[in-house]
Amino acid sequence: MTKTVTDVICPFCGTLCDDLEVVVSDDGKQLLEVYNACVIGTEKFLHSQSKDRVTRPRMHQPDGTWKEISYDEAAEYTAQMLAKAKKPLMFGWSSTNCEAQSVGNEIAEITRACCDNTAATCHGTSLIAIQDIGLPSCTLGEIKNRADRVIFWGCNPAHAHPRHMSRYSIFPRGFFTGKGQMSRKLIVVDPRVTDTAKMADVHLQVEQGKDYELFDALRVAFKGEWLPDFVAGIPKEKIREVADMMKSGRFGIIFFGMGVTQSLGKNHNIDAAIAVTKDLNEYTKFSIMPMRGHYNVTGSGEVFGWQFGFPYAVDLTRGFARYNPGDTSTIDLLVRGEVDAMFTIGSDPGAHFPISAVKQFAHIPSVCIDPHLTPTSGVSKLHVPVAFNGVECGGNCYRMDNVPIDCRKVVEPPEGMLTDEQFLIKVRDRVKQLKGAA
Amino acid sequence: MSEYIIKNGNVFDPVQGIKGDKADVAIKDGKIVDKVGSGAKVIDAKGKTVMAGAVEIHAHIAGPKINMGRIYRPEDKLFTCTPTKGLERMGGGASIPTTFKTGYEYAKMGYTTAMEAAMPPLFSRHVHEEIRDTPIIDEGAYPVFGNNWFVMEYLKNKEIENTAAYIAWLIRVTKGFAVKVVNPGGTEAWAWGLNCLSVNDPVPYFDITPAEIITGLIEANEYLGLPHSLHIHPNNLGNPGCYETTLDTLKLAEGYKAKNKFGREQVMHLTHTQFHSYGGTNWGDFESKAKEVMDYVNKNKNITIDTGNVTLDETTTMTADGPFEHHLSGLNHLKWANIDVELETGSGVVPYIYSPNISVCAIQWAIGLEIALLAKDPMRCYITTDHPNAGPFTRYPRVIKWLMSAKAREAQVNAFKHKDKVLSQTSIGTLDREISLYELAQMTRAGPAKSLGLASMCGGLKPGMDADVAVYNFNPDKPVANPDDIEKAFSRCAHVFKSGVEVVTNGEIVSNGHKRTLWVNVKVKDNPQVMRDINEKFLKYYSMTQANYEALGHHFVPNPYTLEVDAT
Repeated sequence: MTKTVTDVICPFCGTLCDDLEVVVSDDGKQLLEVYNACVIGTEKFLHSQSKDRVTRPRMHQPDGTWKEISYDEAAEYTAQMLAKAKKPLMFGWSSTNCEAQSVGNEIAEITRACCDNTAATCHGTSLIAIQDIGLPSCTLGEIKNRADRVIFWGCNPAHAHPRHMSRYSIFPRGFFTGKGQMSRKLIVVDPRVTDTAKMADVHLQVEQGKDYELFDALRVAFKGEWLPDFVAGIPKEKIREVADMMKSGRFGIIFFGMGVTQSLGKNHNIDAAIAVTKDLNEYTKFSIMPMRGHYNVTGSGEVFGWQFGFPYAVDLTRGFARYNPGDTSTIDLLVRGEVDAMFTIGSDPGAHFPISAVKQFAHIPSVCIDPHLTPTSGVSKLHVPVAFNGVECGGNCYRMDNVPIDCRKVVEPPEGMLTDEQFLIKVRDRVKQLKGAA
Repeated sequence: MSEYIIKNGNVFDPVQGIKGDKADVAIKDGKIVDKVGSGAKVIDAKGKTVMAGAVEIHAHIAGPKINMGRIYRPEDKLFTCTPTKGLERMGGGASIPTTFKTGYEYAKMGYTTAMEAAMPPLFSRHVHEEIRDTPIIDEGAYPVFGNNWFVMEYLKNKEIENTAAYIAWLIRVTKGFAVKVVNPGGTEAWAWGLNCLSVNDPVPYFDITPAEIITGLIEANEYLGLPHSLHIHPNNLGNPGCYETTLDTLKLAEGYKAKNKFGREQVMHLTHTQFHSYGGTNWGDFESKAKEVMDYVNKNKNITIDTGNVTLDETTTMTADGPFEHHLSGLNHLKWANIDVELETGSGVVPYIYSPNISVCAIQWAIGLEIALLAKDPMRCYITTDHPNAGPFTRYPRVIKWLMSAKAREAQVNAFKHKDKVLSQTSIGTLDREISLYELAQMTRAGPAKSLGLASMCGGLKPGMDADVAVYNFNPDKPVANPDDIEKAFSRCAHVFKSGVEVVTNGEIVSNGHKRTLWVNVKVKDNPQVMRDINEKFLKYYSMTQANYEALGHHFVPNPYTLEVDAT
């Protein structure tokens, strides 16, 4: 006999689908099938069942081999590393739950670490823009029920957030959007002809790196002022057509992704995007939302927010929280060689950071807490595999619209494996002893 | 648990009618008791003021819009960070402090219970995570109902019983405390960029008026017999001439009587009254209508209010009144954040600077004080700053100074750039009342506790009540030399006890206490129709499933205190 667990939350992307069904064996030890999830989500669940999974902490040996050690030894190494370091860096947090993040923040406070999450390489720039100009936004259900103008700018949900369009943004039939897709106009702004762009009513194929100009041109067009013949490679007639389309909607939304946050202009692009949204609220109702990547990167920002007051790039080295992206942000700290211990959890900087930053891992003590084998675990001195959050343990996570959803445990982790939180509690308790903290 | 005896203090306790008499307060097993053994630890309170722990009836201290404020205002942390110290976690922020700092600051001022004033139900899990991380003080949260689709659909058909069943369900799954209404109908209208500015403006599509929502919710609230009454932020907040909407709103409570077993007497609590007591037709002839509003409040015993005092600080406004925040950002051109919440509510956040050099801000300051000074029954008028909207809660000692000292008020009036305008547009210059310590205890302890239905638990020093006690370095027998001494005394307590645990000594945190989350569990008759409606709305219109909606489990509410209500 098998059991079906319903209302399962998918721990992959910021869409945080919570309608999955997972079939598990009667003893709850094996995960057999996954329904309703996208192909990436399904893989994530099934990957927990792979036979070659690492289930015990491992130390990198001088000859390049790995030696298995116990969790206690791993916690001791991690605690010693953090306690001895002058300026440890604790990075990641985006693929774990808020309870683990909270324990991590306690450790960071005691060891006076720099803490950062993966916003460092994706929506950190959006956060800077929000701090400049604000953020008129809404929850995803509002879009489902009301939106008749949907804009995807510099993002490709067809591949990166596969169920976003069917659950919230394009296809669902909501309360005031009974015709589903037919009641919505879809505008995609992307230099590439992506699979999302192919579905659009209008695809603005903006010139690479010219997003800021196009946002500004739209603001000019809303006011009916003069425009040059082409802006960012788009003819002015097209810009006016799109501007009118946006203004004539009842409820509109701009979703934006890394195509604008990490291309030329960075936070300035988002400043302009939010200004466009504010302008549109003079004519109709408009919102804007970042397409957050990791399933709990938003949660990490929230927990940092209520515990330290800043959403990322937090520096606790002075005993209180400081925030100065560019100075206190992870890549900059690594590239400048300022940190003397590297702690990574729930993310893979080894695969995403510039090589000059990753090279630093080799020079300093490093720990990687991750259920997977990743480039980061490969270059770290200690790899601590843990239970899959959202599969083998529960815990709270925040969707891209900041709505919290408590993940579910669906199967038992392999015998003897700890969760992120359990391992961090061991580290915290040991760090407290080493530092003589209250 | 330890025993304590607080000796020879000047005790002010409206619950027992003690007006500054020298008396001892004994604590045992977390409760106030008649006497303790000789082994009890003695606290010498000679020449000091002893009151129950203060009760905050309305503050925005936990949840999505507060955290939006923290995240999008790094500037609020400038020069306000507090390092890790002993038992204290690090903190930061002036108008929107981090959760740890929030708990410590309240405790150091002698506050031991606080209510989060607006919980968007969809975000209840977030609210409870922040409450969990706010040490020492007991907290509850009011879920918002005034723009909720279920409520509007039921009340359109006058289905009070169904509304009540829905309220009971929502309060249970969100671990909420009371029925909060913010700009009824107006925030739903804001989802289309519109608003409801009077109690008779129909809500788009739902075809119901704010007045119908308000009376329906009063009836449902009394049908259930909840500890607290309807807690309302009316329509048309903050606009010149808004006092007429306020009076229209208050009049809706006429004829309703409180029905509950908690000793509550009101059926409506009007919050941050200052923002709702404006006359005039524009910002030029803007004037106080505190007298008109307070005349009505003084006459009608089924209403309680809180003040919403402007403290003349830079702060961060935040409210579930989404259209108001958009309007405000149009006035001051500071950054605007908005969070519309599907089927339920909305909210907005905008920084604001109450400058003493701006006549409107100075008049707002005066109106807040007028309201408290014109209140005839201090048991029905409570001091708040609608934290952080009119000012941060950390300014309570300053508000107390202004209320207790006409001299301090005069000094502030004289310091205003537009002094003459303040005096001509308000009656602040003619009010010489000074709030007594006994009245202060009514306005910050016994009163709010009674309004919340917690009168048997907190807000007083009667044996059997929770041992929440604050000892202030303030000698009521000596004349006040300098009004600033009042502010200083109420800023940092000599001792604070929370549920019998000494949490503050000489203004420093000495224990993180045993923080509780207060929530109300209402039992109602099975109502299959409402359950079916809830099920349907989740299937069709919510963006999450019903099974994941509840705030359930230890990581959300680690230490609950449940008030049981039986409405079957």
